[in-house]
Amino acid sequence: MLKIENLHVRLEEGGKEILKGLNLEVGDGEVHAVMGPNGSGKSTLSYTLSGRDGYEVTSGTALMGDTDLLAIDPEARAAAGLFLAFQYPVEIPGVGNMTFLRTALNAQKKARGEPGLSSAEFLKLIREKAKMLDIDAEMLKRPVNVGFSGGEKKRNEILQMAVLEPKMCILDETDSGLDVDAMKLVAEGVNALRGAGRSFLVITHYQRLLDHIRPDVVHIMADGRIVRSGGPELALEVENHGYADILREVA
Amino acid sequence: MALPKLKQEATEARLAAVALPAGGAWATGARRAALARVEAMGLPGRRDEYWRFTNPETLNAPEAPEAPAFDAGDEAPPFADVERLRIVFVDGVFDAAQSDPLAGEGLEIARLAEVAAHDIHWARELYGVLEAAGQHPVPRPLAALNTATAADGVVIRATAPVTRPVELVLLHRDSRADAALHHVIRVEEGAALTLLETGPGAARLNTVAEVDVAADAQFHHIRVQGRDHERRAVTGLFARIAARAVFKSFTLTFNGRLTRNEVVMDITGDDANAHVAGVALGDGPGFHHDDTVFITHGALAGESRQVFKKVLRNGATGVFQGKILVQPGAQQTDGYQISQSLLLDGDSSFLAKPELEIYADDVKCSHGSTSGAIDDHALYYLRSRGIPLVEAQDLLVLAFVAEALEEIADERLAADLHGRLEGWLRRHRG
Repeated sequence: MLKIENLHVRLEEGGKEILKGLNLEVGDGEVHAVMGPNGSGKSTLSYTLSGRDGYEVTSGTALMGDTDLLAIDPEARAAAGLFLAFQYPVEIPGVGNMTFLRTALNAQKKARGEPGLSSAEFLKLIREKAKMLDIDAEMLKRPVNVGFSGGEKKRNEILQMAVLEPKMCILDETDSGLDVDAMKLVAEGVNALRGAGRSFLVITHYQRLLDHIRPDVVHIMADGRIVRSGGPELALEVENHGYADILREVA
Repeated sequence: MALPKLKQEATEARLAAVALPAGGAWATGARRAALARVEAMGLPGRRDEYWRFTNPETLNAPEAPEAPAFDAGDEAPPFADVERLRIVFVDGVFDAAQSDPLAGEGLEIARLAEVAAHDIHWARELYGVLEAAGQHPVPRPLAALNTATAADGVVIRATAPVTRPVELVLLHRDSRADAALHHVIRVEEGAALTLLETGPGAARLNTVAEVDVAADAQFHHIRVQGRDHERRAVTGLFARIAARAVFKSFTLTFNGRLTRNEVVMDITGDDANAHVAGVALGDGPGFHHDDTVFITHGALAGESRQVFKKVLRNGATGVFQGKILVQPGAQQTDGYQISQSLLLDGDSSFLAKPELEIYADDVKCSHGSTSGAIDDHALYYLRSRGIPLVEAQDLLVLAFVAEALEEIADERLAADLHGRLEGWLRRHRG
């Protein structure tokens, strides 16, 4: 599904290199976790894959299936099936959540040559998905993320994921700022989307999210590279001993 | 006091080219008095405090600069789906054939040209009166020039809540047309009127509307200035707002070489509402749009709002000058003013002069003015969800102007304008 090879990325501003030869492969239907200390480059990885400005790829490739992600615009990546659940979802005053989601869904369908959804069809779809995530109608009417609590913003990200039905989902510290109940809700939303060949890359600091979203593979990232990969037990090792031991081993 | 030489010359040159229309005693008296005001004030000059950001030269000139009429193709005119009473002026000349009969329930409507010929008419209580009152403390000579020279316009009295809006359809045909229209409107106690105003009107249009809103009355004004790229317009809206009355005016402006919209609102009764809002969109160095507003709170617990949004690209210029004056004793005044511009590139500019002058101690007044680019972070967020760049930009522009559009009370009318905004944005990409 996702194959990243020797990815080097530096910040356009200042030129600092953040990703230094990252390799990662996520198979169809697999859930991979990426863990790592602050500053290891986790968010840079998610922003680079989704196409945010300010990150310059100096070498390497990132393929999603046959799609060369790095060669196309953010919207084309989304239409091809990539989705990033933001660590800090953006507030957009004046743009209603429903309008936003419908515009996004129909734009993706159009890009793929599929027919768009009518208002009524869309309303039915979103009601069904929102119910699953305990999102009320009032929240859908409000402008995108404006005045949402931290938990509401993250649930809104998962709602978007549920509506857009991407193939490859990246969750960038989706657990940050969430209490246990909110995290469970988010995890349930994600788990409901697992399967059907859909893959996940779950970026997190902590093991606790992985109690709810069980990964197939855990990667440890440090200084812009994946330094170790293993099964779910690797996450427990981090939880019990911190990153220091692992980083010493690979140094 | 003698006028500065340049101003004197400009004034003399223009006045030499105008003649007062024929009319009855009251109209002639009002026109002569207005002409005397113009002579005393002189026409605007670049050194005048409120003309520093806008060059009045082409508004002053004896001849209107050429402006070809714009062809909107098969696009429906604004509010085409709304049941309304249409009064059509072509290049400032009344067109009876295209107009509806000047009558409606709860309405007295006539043309200025007709009532000015009579010796007595209720309009004499207002004609030039609100304009003259609005000359202090800031002179508005082009409005006085209008009072002196406008031969036609409409005179409307609403005596009950009127559900069918009245539309002034201001068409433009002749590329040299220079037009002046003067409207007098009185909304009687407890009555309500919606006035729509659409079109460029002429190559150069000078309009004045004097609106007297009596106690418990409502006046809604929604204006769409025409899309002609070379047209020029100077408009003056003078309102007197009595106790518990509501006055709301919204203007949507696309294109135009030069637009100066002045609004002077005088709150004279307690618990009144005075709202003025506008959205202006300009593309190119030939676009100059100026909103100049003066609101006087002269009574208790008045609420005023000024909400102006401008979207500027490719060297367009926007101007906002807005003042709230709270007179002694006008306690519990609530004045809100926001003027913002979205600059879609580095070439466009926005000049703003917000002012507050407050002589009461228990008031709430706020003002804000910003100019900035589209939020890159928001743009990326929308694109990351699959919304193409241009559509994402349009969404954010529409979001930016939404606060001003929300000032329109009637959702049908707002929806019509929203559609036109989308259309303009689609045509002005890249």
